[in-house]
Amino acid sequence: MLKFVVRRLLLLVPILVGLSILVFAWVRALPGGPEAALLGERATPERIAAVRHEYGLDKPVYQQYVTYVGHVVTGDFGQSIKTTRPVLGDIKVKFPATIELALAALIFALVLGIPLGFIAARRYQTWADSSTIVGSLLGISIPVFFLAYLLKYVFAVKLHWLPSTGRLDPTIDIPHPTGFYVLDAIIAGDWHTFVDALRHLILPGIALGTIPLAIVTRITRAAVLEVSNEDYVRTAEAKGLRRRTVDERHILRNAMLPVATVVGLQTGLLLSGAVLTEIVFAWPGMGSWLYDATFNRDFPVLEGGILFLAVVFVMVNLLVDVSYGVLDPRIRLQGK
Amino acid sequence: MRSNKLLALALGGLLVAAAACGGSSNGSSNNNGNGKTGGTLVFGTSADPVSMDGAYVSDGESLRVVDQIFETLVTTKAGGTDPEPKLAESYTPSADGKVWTFKLRKNVKFHDGTPFNAAAVCFNFDRWYNFKGIQQSPSVSYYWSTVFGGFKNTTNADVPKTSLYASCQASDDSTAVVNLTSPSASFIPGLAVPAFSIASPDALTKYNADKVSGTGDSPKFDGTFGTQHPVGTGPFKLESFTPGDKLVLARNDDYWGSKAKLDKVIFKPIAKGTDRRQALESGDIQGYDFVDPADVDALKSGFKVMQRPAFNVGYVGFNQKMAPLNNLKIRQAIAHALNRDALVKAKYPPGAQVAKEFMPPQLFGYAADVTDYDYNVDTAKQLIKDSGVAAKDLTLTFWYPTDVSRPYMPDPKANWEAFKSDLEAVGFKIIAKSAPWRPDYNQKVNNGAAQMYLLGWTGDFGDPDNFVGTFFRTSQPAWGFNNPEIFSALEGARTESDLGKRTSDYQAANKLIMDFLPGVPYVHTQPSLAFNKNVNGYVPSPVSLESFATVTVG
Repeated sequence: MLKFVVRRLLLLVPILVGLSILVFAWVRALPGGPEAALLGERATPERIAAVRHEYGLDKPVYQQYVTYVGHVVTGDFGQSIKTTRPVLGDIKVKFPATIELALAALIFALVLGIPLGFIAARRYQTWADSSTIVGSLLGISIPVFFLAYLLKYVFAVKLHWLPSTGRLDPTIDIPHPTGFYVLDAIIAGDWHTFVDALRHLILPGIALGTIPLAIVTRITRAAVLEVSNEDYVRTAEAKGLRRRTVDERHILRNAMLPVATVVGLQTGLLLSGAVLTEIVFAWPGMGSWLYDATFNRDFPVLEGGILFLAVVFVMVNLLVDVSYGVLDPRIRLQGK
Repeated sequence: MRSNKLLALALGGLLVAAAACGGSSNGSSNNNGNGKTGGTLVFGTSADPVSMDGAYVSDGESLRVVDQIFETLVTTKAGGTDPEPKLAESYTPSADGKVWTFKLRKNVKFHDGTPFNAAAVCFNFDRWYNFKGIQQSPSVSYYWSTVFGGFKNTTNADVPKTSLYASCQASDDSTAVVNLTSPSASFIPGLAVPAFSIASPDALTKYNADKVSGTGDSPKFDGTFGTQHPVGTGPFKLESFTPGDKLVLARNDDYWGSKAKLDKVIFKPIAKGTDRRQALESGDIQGYDFVDPADVDALKSGFKVMQRPAFNVGYVGFNQKMAPLNNLKIRQAIAHALNRDALVKAKYPPGAQVAKEFMPPQLFGYAADVTDYDYNVDTAKQLIKDSGVAAKDLTLTFWYPTDVSRPYMPDPKANWEAFKSDLEAVGFKIIAKSAPWRPDYNQKVNNGAAQMYLLGWTGDFGDPDNFVGTFFRTSQPAWGFNNPEIFSALEGARTESDLGKRTSDYQAANKLIMDFLPGVPYVHTQPSLAFNKNVNGYVPSPVSLESFATVTVG
């Protein structure tokens, strides 16, 4: 097991080097540079040249890359060209916002998806089953962007049920020790803030969670169907166990392994979907931060932010792989 | 059976969450019964302030905040561009116009309790004049270099070597005397810009306002004066600032004048116009700036839409380096070919007017009698014939920006399409070119790569030099011409100290410009703000100097 983890961690090195080259090349392939965003509409060619020089953008790309890697290795992600704030400092603020949103989406997907998938499987080939399948097909096909705008328009703009932007009512002031606002509200013991933070999470959470919900539902349904036909389930039923015990102990638990796999694989989907969701709901997380940085050609933010997300993505996948071993002893044994 | 229970449990959880969401707070709690004083206004802005140290900023979002916390010696009349006294009760020039005596308001205190007096005024002027290194970069102290030119020891190549400012003396506690190196007409109107706010000398020192690192174009303010501790004399003081989230101002209860009506103002940055609109519609905010022109009509039914007096110009620019635009008759033909009235009527919100010159009519120096180029297809065709340019050379590469909406150009492509068919109707052949506004378009136009292009300008403060001066006082690649007569007329008008003479100088210059026709100005628009119907007392200003002290909610 340890060998497996170490090997995977070592694999991180070539992955990160490759990634950093890709990100670096991509950022520099964008037309225009940070100078236009910095200098505004009436920049003279001299000023532009001066700015490019200040940021070393007039040097050969490989030289820029070497300088960049030198900084990153020492933990220096530089500072935003636009806001002059340290990139790492911004990540500390933005990342919890994105994680909070992603968790909300995941919880939405699991809390609704597992029961739905289970019901569909237990009512195999009834209307409940077919409508679940149709519903999850719809859920998978609807673009995040479109759904987010639709939800925002109907529930915030037209019905005024929920807020349309941000993480918290601006009139609320509480300390943010963790950066997870729901958690911060609990720490502060402030019920009103807790509710407000939850209200802000609902629409973006649903928008981001709909595709995972559809996937979780389908996987649960398939897994439950498969497990229900296993001999041990038939045995359990035959020996007169209560329906509930059979469902919980013999079917659901065994059906959860493929669901856990899928949840792990959703990380990438959640992160990329978060970018779109954050833009629509002006959610101050990594997504909207990187989106703005793209427009400002804010090279340090793009390079640092994307690299950070990539590391998170790789680490989560590693965790998922490791967790298989914990969940399923058979995999653990194979690893030996 | 069990499966139903599971589903019920899941849905039940959601319902509990939704039910818990019932009571919505609208952000304007704490109303003092009559709804006229107290309360909180949440206002949607397009971005965070760069800094709250007025001396370091030139962007509208920073100046908006600075203008609430600080005050200047001179301000502009609410809703206009004419100067009027603020922290100075009066100001008088000497006979030669080089010595200005400011009689200061008494019993004024900074937010930190220190007294506002002549010494504080001179401290601020001397601070600006002694800026060094990065502080001198035009990106940092834009307004100082615009109004006063250079510094005590000018090292920045982009800034004039000489300075209008000479010295400042506190002749007594409430009299500050500012000496200039030459008479200047733009000195007093210039002082109204919040960049010349008088800050607490104690706080400037204590919070290291002068500590700046980074680069000239991306300065890093290492002191906390401009980010956490801005201390002025204004009707509001800073309560908290969380970049990317919100900036909270609280009423200054010790204010010398009429105190702010609101308890608090919260500026919430929401980058996109549509998002700000939806935040207003869903009740997250109670007002916002920079309403997209396309939203104005839709918002009018349920909200209060206010318009700033026009202080911008949209124009078609010509690069005379590229034939046939060096031919005056061709330029005139284009001017006659463009149906500007039809475009402004069809594509602009109410309040927009057809432009006749490169600056708005509200500004002094505007000439009512410049050459007018009415829409006339026959005249245009005749001018083309007279120009001697062969039919095969009547091809124009016409540029427009994408991914942008500006007050003077809400939908660039629509303008471009209208003008394109106008030009084709008189015999021009149009080649389309477009580029994203940021960064490509501006760069290409400013470098002189575009032959004919759509562009515009919004004024920073009430001085004609900020319009026609920025365009035509020097030779610029975007326009590609060298006309010493226009250059010297504008330079002369800029340095003229007598306002009457200055006005007529600019009128003359505007006539010269419109005869020479370096481009075709076509629209002045009125940028809009939107508020909830229960928000009152906001006075839109052409130069966006708008106080929240008079605003009430409810």
